[in-house]
Amino acid sequence: MSNVAIAQPRFVSLRSGMFSSAPRWHLRGYALLAPSLIFLGLFTYWPVAQVLWQSLHHQDRGGSSFVGMRNFTAIFHDPAFTHALANNLVYAIGTIAPSLVLALSFAVALLQSTWVNTLLRSLIFIPVLVPLVAVASLFLFIFLPGVGLLDHYLAKLGVQSINWVGDPDIALGSIIGLTIWKNAGYYMLFFLAGLQAIPSEAHEIALIEGASPWQRMRYVTLPYLNNTLAFVFVIALLNVVTQVDHIFVLTKGGPSDSTNLLLFYVYQQAVEQYDIGKAAAATVVALALLISLSSFSLRRMELSREAQS
Amino acid sequence: MTQPPGKMLRFGDVYPGVGFGLVVAAALLWTVPFLWMIVSAFRPPESGAPAMASLVPDYLPTLANFREAWASADFPRYYLNTIVICGGILSVQIVTMSLAAYAFARVKFPGRTVFFYLFLIQLMLVPIVLLVPNLTTIVQLGLYDTLPGVMAPYFATAFGTFLMRQTFRTIPIELEEAAVIDGAQWWHLIRHVYLPLSKPALLAFAIISVTAHWNEFLWPLMVINSPDYRPLTVGLAVFTRGAEGAQAWGVNAAGTFLVIAPLLVCFALFQRRFVNSFMTSGLK
Repeated sequence: MSNVAIAQPRFVSLRSGMFSSAPRWHLRGYALLAPSLIFLGLFTYWPVAQVLWQSLHHQDRGGSSFVGMRNFTAIFHDPAFTHALANNLVYAIGTIAPSLVLALSFAVALLQSTWVNTLLRSLIFIPVLVPLVAVASLFLFIFLPGVGLLDHYLAKLGVQSINWVGDPDIALGSIIGLTIWKNAGYYMLFFLAGLQAIPSEAHEIALIEGASPWQRMRYVTLPYLNNTLAFVFVIALLNVVTQVDHIFVLTKGGPSDSTNLLLFYVYQQAVEQYDIGKAAAATVVALALLISLSSFSLRRMELSREAQS
Repeated sequence: MTQPPGKMLRFGDVYPGVGFGLVVAAALLWTVPFLWMIVSAFRPPESGAPAMASLVPDYLPTLANFREAWASADFPRYYLNTIVICGGILSVQIVTMSLAAYAFARVKFPGRTVFFYLFLIQLMLVPIVLLVPNLTTIVQLGLYDTLPGVMAPYFATAFGTFLMRQTFRTIPIELEEAAVIDGAQWWHLIRHVYLPLSKPALLAFAIISVTAHWNEFLWPLMVINSPDYRPLTVGLAVFTRGAEGAQAWGVNAAGTFLVIAPLLVCFALFQRRFVNSFMTSGLK
């Protein structure tokens, strides 16, 4: 597996040193980056500054006024926000851990590229391609209490009707189940790539040493997959924050905020309540969580890379 | 990984019998929602409610649900909008990312590493998380309720830039030098040397980009107000709300089928390409 390497210019012929070459050549570098930088500036760097500014101000039709941390105290006193924050943590743990375990199991079992395995991989991968809204629209019926697909078949096993997305104790669990089903195939691909990069000698030696399958998993496979795991974890973390489309179709954050998630709360504040300050403050909290958790994982990835080289 | 991948060992030997049966069962379970969609979409509407939950196609297939779905939502227009959005984003991305990738791969200038990190930031600060300030910007630019407003935040792509940079660096520098001696300018180099030799990477990127924006929901929901500019996802959400209210589950299945069918057909045709592309989205 190749990793992001920081630009190491391989090409130094024709031009001698960096600063002795013509300044026009430097300008060309900046000019080539300019189109990207304009859009990155408008929609990545500037919004970060803007969301920080908005989170410290109150906006209404009359204009905006500085309110310090008041938006933050407001959201932390808003039960909808604290619910969304807690739900998002449950959603993160509840989707990431099972998805990764499932994805790794699928990858291990389907590693050999026989035609059966390729077909099974495709079946597991299909949900990844489909819009989350479309998936949610199918699950509207699947989760329908009494007559829906799940209840119809569970009734044959003698299970009582369950209000999958209408019961506040169960709804988040149902959303988590749907999300695992949607994403496991995506993570499986990365594990497949990671497993294929493990030198077969590593397993041969372990076999000669008489390691059990579980020991080989624990001491050969998993150490080799360190980087893949860290990478997939970051992708999964991003998904946990950005994937809220199914909430719109299935629950709208309800019942009684039991499926509200941070980004959905941001949407509610901005679009339904017109409270840009609170929406911005909630965005800042979400970003802080996202960046701190993922940088932890990326650091681990970097450390293990150093250890390997 | 420091060692090159060795020759494939029989992994059946390495992991003897890791519940293959379980995996087959799981894969079949994975298809159930789509199976239900197909069975219900072609089910005659008069079969009644209890039959709706059945996965068995015990009927003569009919297109009645599709006719009903087609009549109750403007799917052709939603299709057109989604195609315009995906095509617009991809064309601008190809220009911006090729230029930046060439700079990072082959041009020396002070601060190149710093700029590289500046690009990296976008991998984490994805536009959708910044939807509140981005919506403000879109309104200020006068792009609210327009298709370019949906596209603009995606015109620069850090992922695409890195992918192309990696690819450009594998192209022999001698090709560029020969072209320069023949009098080629830098834009000739990108257009006639680098891009033609990067077709596989471009295709991989195109698949990822189009799938991502075909499926996008929240951002267009924020930016678009007029029904005429709705992309497929937003149109489907509105359509589904209607079908749910009417308890018309067969029609809902047919409408959903109409939205995801093109992606499924493309996937069936280019399975290997799709899978490889999504893998490269991890191999940065």
